[in-house]
Amino acid sequence: MSYLLHVENLVKRFGENTVVNDLSFHISPGECLGVIGPNGAGKTTTLRMCLGLTTPDAGSMTYFENLSMPEEALAIKARLGVVAQMDTLDPDFTAEENLLVYGRYFGMKDRDIKARIAPLLEFGALTSKAKAKPGELSGGMKRRLSLARALINQPQMLMLDEPTTGLDPQARHLMWKRLQTLMQEGKSILLTTHFMDEAERLCDRLLVIDHGKKIAEGKPRDLIAQHLEPDVVELYGQGALALAAEDSPLRQHAARVEVSGETVFFYTPQAQPLLIALQAWPHIRSLHRPANLEDLFLKLTGRQIRENA
Amino acid sequence: MHRKHVTPSVWAPPQLSMRWWPVFLRNLLVWRKLALPSLVGGIAEPLMWLVAFGYGLGALVGEVNMGGQQVPYILFLASGSICMSAMNAASFEALYSAFSRMHMQKTWDGIMNAPVRLDDVVMAEMLWASYKALFTVTAILGVMLVLGISQSWKLFLAWPVLWLVGVTFSCIALIFNALAKGYDFFTYYFTLFLTPMMFLSGIYFPRTQLPDWLLRITDYLPLTAAIELVRPLFLDQWPSNVAANFGLLLAVAVAAFWIALALTRKRFRA
Repeated sequence: MSYLLHVENLVKRFGENTVVNDLSFHISPGECLGVIGPNGAGKTTTLRMCLGLTTPDAGSMTYFENLSMPEEALAIKARLGVVAQMDTLDPDFTAEENLLVYGRYFGMKDRDIKARIAPLLEFGALTSKAKAKPGELSGGMKRRLSLARALINQPQMLMLDEPTTGLDPQARHLMWKRLQTLMQEGKSILLTTHFMDEAERLCDRLLVIDHGKKIAEGKPRDLIAQHLEPDVVELYGQGALALAAEDSPLRQHAARVEVSGETVFFYTPQAQPLLIALQAWPHIRSLHRPANLEDLFLKLTGRQIRENA
Repeated sequence: MHRKHVTPSVWAPPQLSMRWWPVFLRNLLVWRKLALPSLVGGIAEPLMWLVAFGYGLGALVGEVNMGGQQVPYILFLASGSICMSAMNAASFEALYSAFSRMHMQKTWDGIMNAPVRLDDVVMAEMLWASYKALFTVTAILGVMLVLGISQSWKLFLAWPVLWLVGVTFSCIALIFNALAKGYDFFTYYFTLFLTPMMFLSGIYFPRTQLPDWLLRITDYLPLTAAIELVRPLFLDQWPSNVAANFGLLLAVAVAAFWIALALTRKRFRA
């Protein structure tokens, strides 16, 4: 099996603190891998090492089968497209000038870059904004311009750090549509995200990391089936917390009960008996839904807010 | 497959390539949009100083005795202040403008996601700031020629020297750029470093007026070296101590670039 990126036994320490601890993963051609984990889990450091911006203490990162980071960083970056978490667009340039100037960093000829500008702006739904500067663009437009800019060198693989953070729902959906188009064209994507709906929608495979370690890896649906009961009943409002008590008659119908704030989560292989029993408390508000990635994420990484988050 | 990596020292020799060129071009393209106001701002102030001090104060001072030769004050001042203009133009660009690109706009981070090393970005900024210095002094030289302050053909030799002055001060300024947390930090550099140097390098009065101990210290200021090289050319003479003064500017430039690069690498590692 050939991998576009093969990371093995990656380790990074900052002083006494091991931020990335023996992490291994890979991306196959045409695949979208999502890296999820709480703040401070080591996602950003991992991404920085993959981009050659931070040198690891141990481990190897092999791109395109034979190029290793950080030794061959420039040759690798010539074939990557990167969208950082913070927009780094040039505020003094129009959208098309941003693309032109960025293409030059790859050593491309002006003629070749200019031939790509119109189709890339069209891809980003920015054709009418060709002469607009980033300050005149909405958040979603800026992100799409960043994405278009990352495609200027026709990269084989894209690295996206939280590509839709801070966008409104319409802009997120448009971004997802564009990313799906790219995947249909055969591009491979590595993305980090905090949004479980994004991870579920876009990613073929997920890598869940916490405290710098891989704690789960697999297809989103498989991970849910593997770690969770299929059904969830959420109870909230007045009196809900009391039903989570050890002697609560509802407990016998649930495989697992969790409390977060004012909400009680009953995880169960079969929701029907629980819902019937629940009719004895008509004033309790409830929601019955299938288990999702968010449940998985919270089960694996805990519901507590981290001190440094 | 357990490979150990050693993070290279920030003091490792610069790894330079021609990749600095597109970064330089980027700055040129931004500046082209603002060239006219920048040109007016860049030469108006030094010319006002020249008029006010040269003609105004010059009328009171009369002539300056330069090792036997009597020199009109405005010529004395012009030949020194053009070195200061090179210094200031380079310093402003490598401090405020470079910091905007590096820290506020994150332009450097964007560039480094393309196949361009930090070393080349720092090199581009250095050459860009020196180019700005060269551009400013060229405009001022033009005005001086028109005003007839000096019309020696040797002014053409002053031109590359003034570029080197721009290089040296760009390199020094990039050290402070690498250390800065905000724009306020640069005030220290100007008030504690550039302003004293401006008064002690012999722009406004001959350094021989200084007490002996201070005179000896000012021998080693880069701005002194610049003026020692440029002023004789304005007077249609040949500078003495060419090797020593060139050597000083060059040595400061190389050392400062290396330090600036190391500190910038450190900043980007954190």
